[in-house]
Amino acid sequence: MIAELGHFAVILALAASLWQSLVPLYGAHVNDTRLMRAASPAALAQFLLILLAFSALTWNYVTSDFSVLNVYENSHSAKPMLYKISGVWGNHEGSMLLWVLILAAFGAAVAAFGNNLPPALKARVLSVQGMVGLAFLLFIVTVSNPFLRLDPAPIEGAGLNPVLQDPALAFHPPFLYAGYVGLSIAFSFAVAALIEGKVDAAWARWVRPWTLLAWMFLTLGISMGSWWAYYELGWGGWWFWDPVENASLMPWLAATALLHSAIVVEKRNALKIWTILLAILSFSLSLMGAFLVRSGVLTSVHAFAVDPQRGLFILVILMVFIGGALSLFALRAPALKQGGLFAPLSREGALVVNNLLLAAATATVLIGTLYPLVLDALNAGKISVGPPYFNLTFVPLMIPLLLLVPLGPMLSWKRADIYPAMQRLWAAASIALLTAILTFAFHFKGPWAAPLAIALGAWLIAGSLSEIAQRAQFFKVSPATAFARLKGLPGQAFGMALAHLGVGVMVIGITAVSAWRTEIITTVKPGDKVEISGMTLTFLSERTLEGPNFTAEQGLFRVTIGDREIGELTSEKRNFRPASMPTTEAGLHAFWSGDLYVVMGDKTADGTGRTLRAYYNPMVRWIWIGTVIMFLGGLLSLADRRYRVGVPKTAPRAALEATA
Amino acid sequence: MTRKQKRLMMLCAGLAVLAVAAGLVLYAMRDNIVFFYTPSDITEKAIPPGTRIRLGGLVEQGSFKKGEGAVVTFTVTDTLKTIPVTYTGQLPDLFREGQGVVTEGALDATGLFVADTVLAKHDENYMPKELADSLKEKGVWNEGKKP
Repeated sequence: MIAELGHFAVILALAASLWQSLVPLYGAHVNDTRLMRAASPAALAQFLLILLAFSALTWNYVTSDFSVLNVYENSHSAKPMLYKISGVWGNHEGSMLLWVLILAAFGAAVAAFGNNLPPALKARVLSVQGMVGLAFLLFIVTVSNPFLRLDPAPIEGAGLNPVLQDPALAFHPPFLYAGYVGLSIAFSFAVAALIEGKVDAAWARWVRPWTLLAWMFLTLGISMGSWWAYYELGWGGWWFWDPVENASLMPWLAATALLHSAIVVEKRNALKIWTILLAILSFSLSLMGAFLVRSGVLTSVHAFAVDPQRGLFILVILMVFIGGALSLFALRAPALKQGGLFAPLSREGALVVNNLLLAAATATVLIGTLYPLVLDALNAGKISVGPPYFNLTFVPLMIPLLLLVPLGPMLSWKRADIYPAMQRLWAAASIALLTAILTFAFHFKGPWAAPLAIALGAWLIAGSLSEIAQRAQFFKVSPATAFARLKGLPGQAFGMALAHLGVGVMVIGITAVSAWRTEIITTVKPGDKVEISGMTLTFLSERTLEGPNFTAEQGLFRVTIGDREIGELTSEKRNFRPASMPTTEAGLHAFWSGDLYVVMGDKTADGTGRTLRAYYNPMVRWIWIGTVIMFLGGLLSLADRRYRVGVPKTAPRAALEATA
Repeated sequence: MTRKQKRLMMLCAGLAVLAVAAGLVLYAMRDNIVFFYTPSDITEKAIPPGTRIRLGGLVEQGSFKKGEGAVVTFTVTDTLKTIPVTYTGQLPDLFREGQGVVTEGALDATGLFVADTVLAKHDENYMPKELADSLKEKGVWNEGKKP
């Protein structure tokens, strides 16, 4: 009954989205206010109906109603409640329902909070948003219905894939989807602007916060996925340049570029055509990511069982939206008015370089991801493009970008002088240099480039801090005045500095773990000791444990440095019911300087010992800490009063200068 | 500078970055692409020892042996030809005899495949695409249903 209610709600939502797509668009065309106003209620109705459907599916999971095929295939009554709920989106059909739910939620948010948008723009934005919703709802209703019944109903479910039964992964898909789908707003605004033939600062003021929000979710979503892969998959790595990971990285790179180019549109009314194109491409890359992950065309370590028929459907959606939007772009973009002028050496110029490098980096990732698919389609052989390719292409493009990050905010708009900007960075440069020398002195064993990369991170951190310090005029005026000025700085300024600082923290983490990680593979018997990076790991004992839906063999280890005992850790091999699927739980001990990562393997041939793999991952946590700092930077920026949607159309002059 | 000159300059900068990116891609593509082969491909094409490749197939029943320390050996088969594989380290959780596997490494002079990576997967229903395709081509494996 509940399942049928959910199914019915999805069909009604489909009708609402059809209404939302067509009526306001026509209304805006003939300039009929009544028809344009139809957009908002339709968007809200679509959202509420999908919410109802999603709740219905969740209810089926919570009550373990195995007469619903989707619940039977992906749930089990013995599963902890958290994983019953996360099981809703831990499978194809449910995750698509979550996708349209978030899509409709973003549409409803524009409908609810967009009262000061020009009516025609709002109607067109919601109409485009409705079209995207329509396509995916059609997909759900025709080939991906989560509410199919099973008759007779089985007594017990087949269970959720055990590697997905993990807190980080329970929340990874919603965040990632919120990021992917959040970019649809930028897309809808871009398409609406093309239909309208007008892009101005007000338009950019709307697009920026939405893009920022999407970017924040995407940042956190990717970070969670990486964290999960790190401790759950038991390989001790945090990024594998796997196609599925690339599928999420590409929209992130494009969104980062969009975030920066939208600033130029807002502040200087320039780069408008490029920004529109970027908005279209960002969401296109999101759609492509969904297609790549869900269609099964990829060979990925993260891939799950898939259905080719669905892949075809998503491919059609992909072609209609990307092709349609790009055709519209080709037709209408030349008609857009040219924007403000600026010298190559200026804040705008720096943001253009940022965009060029990010776009080029996105392109190299795209080529590396799609090349094997193209070759395969041409029957020219089956290949895989691995980490060496990405390290050789992506990294060299990132280095100049990161080097320029602290310089950008020091340049003035329109026309800048390089020497004053460099002068203002001498402190940051000295800190970076000092870091390089110190790192080299203490860590001369690793690759020669590593201290330089650490210095790059220090440069980013010090550059962000000195940017804030100089805005507050520390060292120029009395500390009290400087603190007063610091308080008066807009949240946006702190947000930017914090986000750039986060990148620096992440760069340091990535460098340290890539250059100085140690790995040991050996076999141990109870009582054996293993030396790793100055620590001693003792294999104490092993025992069998019973979990709620698994049986585990647990190895107990003690960590000591010299005579000092640091702690104990456990590593498990779990065997999940009912599928009898094994998983590995790594044992982790976090030091301030890095992680000790221990994985107990199978019994050795004679049955007396165990294989053991241990890593020391220096500063690995800085990677995720960096992403969280980036997220917080976005949050601070978003909380800025002037940035909030619906505040003054023209910011006061003083405030504008403060951000300039 | 006039608008036109500025535009030209931006265009040149864009092209320069693109050229660098294209150069990097071409350079990286030359050496860092790994081809996928089945045991039959390897015997047919006489892959020189030391070339980095991916080898995919099924783990032959009864071929899995644990050696000294963390060394394991097994045989990969596409039911027509077989290749012996040796690997040092821990196998993925879902590694089983009779199941699909993809390994990466190189052949040594004796025809033994020395793997440094054995690909894991998250799902017992999942078969690597390249493997499924080549097995289907040889008529060894049919699209499986979810159990």
